[in-house]
Amino acid sequence: MEAFAHIWEPVRLTLELAAITTLALIVVATPLAWWLARSHARWKEIVATIVSLPMVLPPTVLGFYLLIALGPDGPGGAVASLWGARTLAFTFWGLVIGSIIASMPFVVQPIRNAFAAVGDRPLEVAATLRASPARAFWTVALPLASPGLLTGAVLGFAHTVGEFGVVLMIGGNIPGRTKVMSTAIYDYVETTQWREANILALGMVVFAFAVILSMITIEKRFARARA
Amino acid sequence: MMAETIRAEFRGRIGKFSLDAGFTAPSKGVTALFGPSGCGKTTVLRCIAGLLRMGDGVCEIDGELWQDRDGTFLPTHKRPLGYVFQEASLFPHLSVRRNLMFGAPRRSDGASRERIAFDEVVDLLRVTPLLERSPRNLSGGERQRVAIGRALLSQPKLLLMDEPLSALDRATKNEILPFLERLRDRLSLPVVYITHDIAEVERLADQIVLMEKGHVLAAGPLADLQSDPSLPLAMARDAAVTLDGVVEAHDARYGLLTLRVPGGRFVAPAPPALVGEHRRIHVVARDVSLARETPGPSSILNILPGRVVAAKPVESNEILAVIALGAGGSGARLLSRLTRKSWEQLGLAEGVNVYSQVKAVALGPGRGDFSE
Repeated sequence: MEAFAHIWEPVRLTLELAAITTLALIVVATPLAWWLARSHARWKEIVATIVSLPMVLPPTVLGFYLLIALGPDGPGGAVASLWGARTLAFTFWGLVIGSIIASMPFVVQPIRNAFAAVGDRPLEVAATLRASPARAFWTVALPLASPGLLTGAVLGFAHTVGEFGVVLMIGGNIPGRTKVMSTAIYDYVETTQWREANILALGMVVFAFAVILSMITIEKRFARARA
Repeated sequence: MMAETIRAEFRGRIGKFSLDAGFTAPSKGVTALFGPSGCGKTTVLRCIAGLLRMGDGVCEIDGELWQDRDGTFLPTHKRPLGYVFQEASLFPHLSVRRNLMFGAPRRSDGASRERIAFDEVVDLLRVTPLLERSPRNLSGGERQRVAIGRALLSQPKLLLMDEPLSALDRATKNEILPFLERLRDRLSLPVVYITHDIAEVERLADQIVLMEKGHVLAAGPLADLQSDPSLPLAMARDAAVTLDGVVEAHDARYGLLTLRVPGGRFVAPAPPALVGEHRRIHVVARDVSLARETPGPSSILNILPGRVVAAKPVESNEILAVIALGAGGSGARLLSRLTRKSWEQLGLAEGVNVYSQVKAVALGPGRGDFSE
């Protein structure tokens, strides 16, 4: 029973981190994806490239810069000083920030594609029916792009759960605070606790399987519904 | 004050296409924007709607400036218009009912009384059985009817229609056209209607704006432009004039209507109608023959006195003549297309009095409803 509690703590922490990160990502990535899909600004692809960087950078590079940014001398430290702390590194909220940045491209891309697929016509129709741009966004663009939002959310959640390198760099693997499933498995292996490592690893395989299967199903269902 | 007027002038370039089009039309009835594909009709309509912004443009509807050269530009959602696109473009995530209600003023907007009621539109367009369905399960014609209803229920002061029938097959066109006619006759809503199909113009339009290569060739009442030999309409092989006839009598025994037009009367086979009602009469130039004297007994029921007011050769062997009805030649105008041989043998010329002969069956139903 004690072993179970031992394993449960990183699981709970992982789910919490992924849930908060996903929520924050939907809020941040949706307007960003809308802008990337609709704007005619030439420099928008520069922004798109920056957002996509975490996809190709080694997590250690991302983690290194995040460590500096979240640390006592970076903006993270300045924010932390508001409540008397020295740094955001090695804290849960530091992990949230790191995860948001690391998972951003996986959320922005499908939402951007979904907005692009909606096209101009439905928005023009909405405008000719007196809908302000804001109302057209909420009542037409967003519902029509909802499969993309769902895909983005699932991918963002899954990627946050699976992130290892960045978490290790900026989280420090502190039990109860920053020790999530992926880093916990690493610990268990280091300390030859094979049974625990096995349970977590198998859990992640099942989780990944469920995520991918559900995404395929979602996509199929929407494709049929919108045909 | 330019009340009851549509004034639109737009100049500019879109890629390689250059537009320099302007027209003024009364803001009542149906104004057809007519011309070949690619002549800029849709561009003009999009400019009127504010979906496209030409830097150099004026758009004034019933005295309200929607766009002006001083930088005035009302965004689309603030213009009281309805727009029917070529494809119905219904919102796939909403039911037919919610599509219809999307642009309807919300109750809280209060004061502005609805001029076009939901029940009336649903009835007019026969969409009642479709209300709870999804647009996905509708036929092309049903979708377009819903799209028209949706535009109407936004309580527009001007309805813009961009070839609403062109994406439909013949049978479906025939299904929708009567709705458009009823719409024109029942709602006092000005319509700007784009088409490249002359049959649609003849059935629906009151005014016409002729466009070609980004320019306006002419604008005015339909019959005036149809009978102007300097314009391509009159010179076309299927040239015709559309006259507004008032029902004078109905002959139930033979199923014929007598219709009065300025300067004359036509008899045509037609369904019964009440005295005083208006009916459109399409007289095709090829169906009109000319005579110098009243012929003897003949099967031709329509023999109308008039005068040749203009004539223009078509190629080397045919003549297009414009005939003004009435003894003094002051009535409605007809077109007659005849061989140069007949023209010369009869000694016809401008100013000569003639009898125009039209077989009644040539005026019967058929033309304009796309059935060949």
